[in-house]
Amino acid sequence: MVTAMTNSRGLDRREAVAALLKDRGDMLVITGLGSPGYDVHAASDDDSTFYLWGAMGAAALIGLGLAQARPDRNVVVVTGDGEQLMGLGGLATIAVAKPKNLVIIVIDNGHFGETGMQRSHTGLGLDIAKVAQACGIEARVLRRLDEIEAVRDTLRRRSKGPRLYVVKVRAENVPRSLPPRDAVHLKNRFRSQLGLPVT
Amino acid sequence: MAVSGKRAMGRGARARKARGSARKTLASEPLDWPQALYGALRSADVRQMAFVPDAGHSKLIELFTADPDVISNVLTTEEEGIAIAAGAWLGGMRSVLLMQSSGVGNCINMLSLATISRFPLLMLVTMRGEWAEFNPWQVPMGRATEPALNAIGVRTFRAETPQDLLDMASSAATLAYEADQQVAVLISQRMLGRKKW
Repeated sequence: MVTAMTNSRGLDRREAVAALLKDRGDMLVITGLGSPGYDVHAASDDDSTFYLWGAMGAAALIGLGLAQARPDRNVVVVTGDGEQLMGLGGLATIAVAKPKNLVIIVIDNGHFGETGMQRSHTGLGLDIAKVAQACGIEARVLRRLDEIEAVRDTLRRRSKGPRLYVVKVRAENVPRSLPPRDAVHLKNRFRSQLGLPVT
Repeated sequence: MAVSGKRAMGRGARARKARGSARKTLASEPLDWPQALYGALRSADVRQMAFVPDAGHSKLIELFTADPDVISNVLTTEEEGIAIAAGAWLGGMRSVLLMQSSGVGNCINMLSLATISRFPLLMLVTMRGEWAEFNPWQVPMGRATEPALNAIGVRTFRAETPQDLLDMASSAATLAYEADQQVAVLISQRMLGRKKW
């Protein structure tokens, strides 16, 4: 039986994401759909961010494709527990691909925040960091701001393989900060900042 | 991205070899289509491949995975490859996705990523459930493959012969990587032959 866990404790998600992305330099950022995208947008919009508004489960894998195409750059994926749960198999694919320049941040409020705060698997006891570890990804859970700041300082370093951090945040709906929804615009601005042609 | 002269030369030499082998094939001998297809895709500068295996793709998978200039990803489910290809394009790399017709069903919602973003997408799909099929479980998705792809906005070409396949793959590569289209080349089960049990 799974034990229900309340999530009244935890970090402020906006504070946590802003702390992670402070001084992001030339990092390339992919966000999952919903609140993690709003959090990244609220921290600062940038041409080197590609936001998803759908394709649930895709974020970390887009990060993988990008990390393989650009081994010279660091790729950070910021997504939510629900989005990553839909792509659990992707953690296996990322683990065996072994990119050294990919970090996945799972903003975990234990709930599906966009659809009425239904409890998710992580809210019912599942530990995504342990799932990632079982796949062979270096992973841990971050619960305090100073832990996040320590991780931030390592985001632009190469590592032995992919990393995943679960950031425990409060389950609350904060005011939305909406990124552009036109995917072609997002794609073209992303490619342009890398100096790639747009069609 | 910087490409060393050695790497570039290696690619070119391989592509020339592959093109050569396609050209010298005589009508009397069967076309080594996996080799020719690999050559065509490498000539189109495909440098990433993702797959859920199928017997019909096995030779092509071997050729790609043996190529040090191609990054190959084995997937747990086919839709992962749609996302990986999108990420690769964001970073300037061309990707191809190999799967069996049953895998198309796994991809449908993920294909909205490629269609709404106009990400180039080239899928090579080996068909099951349509010709001398032994396994009834392959039939429903085999029947639904082409309509499902068309319904989500992916253009399809159906190859009945190895020459069809080469022409269509080459055309599809241009449509995808130059015209930002989402294209699937369906490889007929009749062409692939009966599965041995």
